Amino acid sequence: MKIISKKIINDVGGVRITQLDVLSPEIASSSRPGQFVMLMAGEKGERIPLTLVNSDKNKGIVSLMFQEAGFTTKILGKLEPGQSLYSLVGPLGHPTEIKNFGKVILVGGGVGIAEILPVARALKEAGNQVTTILGSRNKDLLILEAELKSVSSEFYVMTDDGSYGKKGFTTDMLGELLKKDKYDLIYAVGPIPMMKRVAAVSKEYGTKTLVSLNALMVDATGMCGCCRVSVSGEVKFSCVDGPDFDGHGVDWDELEKRNKVYSEQEKHICRLLGQ
Amino acid sequence: MKKEPVKVKEVPAEIRVGNFEEVVKGYSEEEALQEAARCLQCKNPVCISGCPVEIDIKQFIYHIRQKDYKSAYFKIREKSNFPSICGRVCPAEYQCRKACILTKKGLPFASEDAINIHFLERFAGDYGKNNKLDVKIEKEVNLSKFKVAVVGSGPAGLCCAGELARKGIKVDVFESLHKTGGVLRYGIPPFRLPWDVLDFEIDYLKKLGVNIITNFLVGKAKSVKELFSEGYSAVFLGLGAGVPSFLGIKGENLCNIYSVNEFLTRVNLMSAFKFPEFHTPVNVGKNVLIVGGGNTAMDSARVALRLQKLKGYPLNTTVIYRRTEVEMPARRLEIEHAREEGIKFEFLVQPKEFSGDEKGFVKKLTCLRSKLGEPDSSGRRRPVIIEGSEFDLDCDLCVIAVGLKANQILINATPELKTDKYSDVIVDSETMECSIKDVFAGGDIVGGEGTVIEAMGMAKKAAKAIIDRLSKKGE
Repeated sequence: MKIISKKIINDVGGVRITQLDVLSPEIASSSRPGQFVMLMAGEKGERIPLTLVNSDKNKGIVSLMFQEAGFTTKILGKLEPGQSLYSLVGPLGHPTEIKNFGKVILVGGGVGIAEILPVARALKEAGNQVTTILGSRNKDLLILEAELKSVSSEFYVMTDDGSYGKKGFTTDMLGELLKKDKYDLIYAVGPIPMMKRVAAVSKEYGTKTLVSLNALMVDATGMCGCCRVSVSGEVKFSCVDGPDFDGHGVDWDELEKRNKVYSEQEKHICRLLGQ
Repeated sequence: MKKEPVKVKEVPAEIRVGNFEEVVKGYSEEEALQEAARCLQCKNPVCISGCPVEIDIKQFIYHIRQKDYKSAYFKIREKSNFPSICGRVCPAEYQCRKACILTKKGLPFASEDAINIHFLERFAGDYGKNNKLDVKIEKEVNLSKFKVAVVGSGPAGLCCAGELARKGIKVDVFESLHKTGGVLRYGIPPFRLPWDVLDFEIDYLKKLGVNIITNFLVGKAKSVKELFSEGYSAVFLGLGAGVPSFLGIKGENLCNIYSVNEFLTRVNLMSAFKFPEFHTPVNVGKNVLIVGGGNTAMDSARVALRLQKLKGYPLNTTVIYRRTEVEMPARRLEIEHAREEGIKFEFLVQPKEFSGDEKGFVKKLTCLRSKLGEPDSSGRRRPVIIEGSEFDLDCDLCVIAVGLKANQILINATPELKTDKYSDVIVDSETMECSIKDVFAGGDIVGGEGTVIEAMGMAKKAAKAIIDRLSKKGE
């Protein structure tokens, strides 16, 4: 649980994305793409889930990447190499299904881009033809471009302001691609509004769409049900049934509301502790 | 002259609802002596048959009468690894006290006259704790070369670990959470089982040589098979029943509808009642409804009430249960405590549908009234809905406490492990061995939701079978 190294991936306009490499031989050797960990920054901390961005089995190190957006991620961002996380458990959730689907599109938005990287690598290795669409507010906020480009046969960047790549949403590009050609799988990770739009667009074309959900969790081993989501009319626990689900079946409005259940406390604690 | 049972001292309701401190204070020496003196010291004591781990109740009470508290303590320890825990959480009115000769025949639970065995057990246990009485280890040299893996640090896992360690076997306990104790930590609130008591009992095991590895999820980070290949001679599964049941009614995913496990875990394990000093939040309701009639329902009701008090809200927490008070599976003492504290009860009420506001927060629970019909498979009378009895209850926070099912991660990762229709692990009832050789199980993962002492009973059986097997191997 010791932090081996720390990298500020991006720090512009008040948006900071940080990578922590943490020593955990058990998790590094047993995890697969799409799985996540639960961690606590300190003894009094919350348990939060973070997707594994990379696992180096030889060195016994796992990489975690997060945007310092909420109270706990801000505390995490203050930790330095040599310090330890209070708690780290994993790997959790089902790995993403990896096989040769054929032609796949990966859609990543914001820090979700970090989460599609291990899946993109694995899908490429399994023989898929990988197309990647990354979305970002502007050029400066874009992360992991080179890494994802290297595993993609087609690669697109969409920015809100047109400062890089094309101006528009990831779904604008997704729609164009789906109109021209047939794809076998779409894998999307990003903010809920983005995943919701991806699912809406791909549904028109009937393309199988997997999304990795970021529901709130406490134990993340199936014991609390905090992360319950409705998928195709059934109640599922994101932690043990997911985190990947059929994007066409997810009740996005419910998820969006449930993820805001503690927004008042979040504001309060951030204010109180001067974050 | 008949002696009256000695009542135990409790913190007055109006004070205790403002904190999470222990409610029951336990017997003083004088009170313990007085209560112990009531014991008839039967020639053929029947109380012992009511104890799942067969504590020699007559004998330990005898020691208390002789003021030989140390002997009382070790008499209990011969059979129970956790006297201070069991003395607090055992549903004695359904177990030893019900079996006590002073209980009138045919009652559903113990008479008030029955000896307060649990309070005496607690007195002896706390005496040992407060006087730091030493650990007794029977090191068996020929077993010390073996190591056993225990999965889960709840009552079953800890008890099995203790039994094995006493024989000198090396035991590693794997716990997925960051703290030990399982349901004793995340489920039972500190006002019933204070953390220092739990820590003491766990430290006792560590002194016996038990090694506990937290933050480790067997089934994900390592498989059962891998444990064997790493040199463990046997594996004990004390996985517990932690999967919450929901009602399956409309609107159940609205915000502020908690499973009992989520609600209690936030408050107990994560100390959400001390937010923001502790960073895990929990919401506080003004109109709180708790659905269910078991111990977890009572615990969550009393937690919700304390949160209201700490927040300065008027106390307004109601338990709704589909049968009547007699059928409630909760300990009688907890029902009594809840009522004293101001928890309200609505019996013969069945939830039908939740509705909420535009932000997705629950606002109302529509219910139906019912009456009792014929007994069902559990022997309790089945609630029958009264047509046209629909009514609404204001509700801005609800806790669903209607049962817990077997934890699934390890089971799903181990297809060779046979389970029954409830997804509980199937075991040989004599040895507690599963369908995989040298893998044993006990506690709620086998029997469904049970008590701490029942889990311990199963864990002891398994430990005995493991010890027997290793002894044969060791020869």
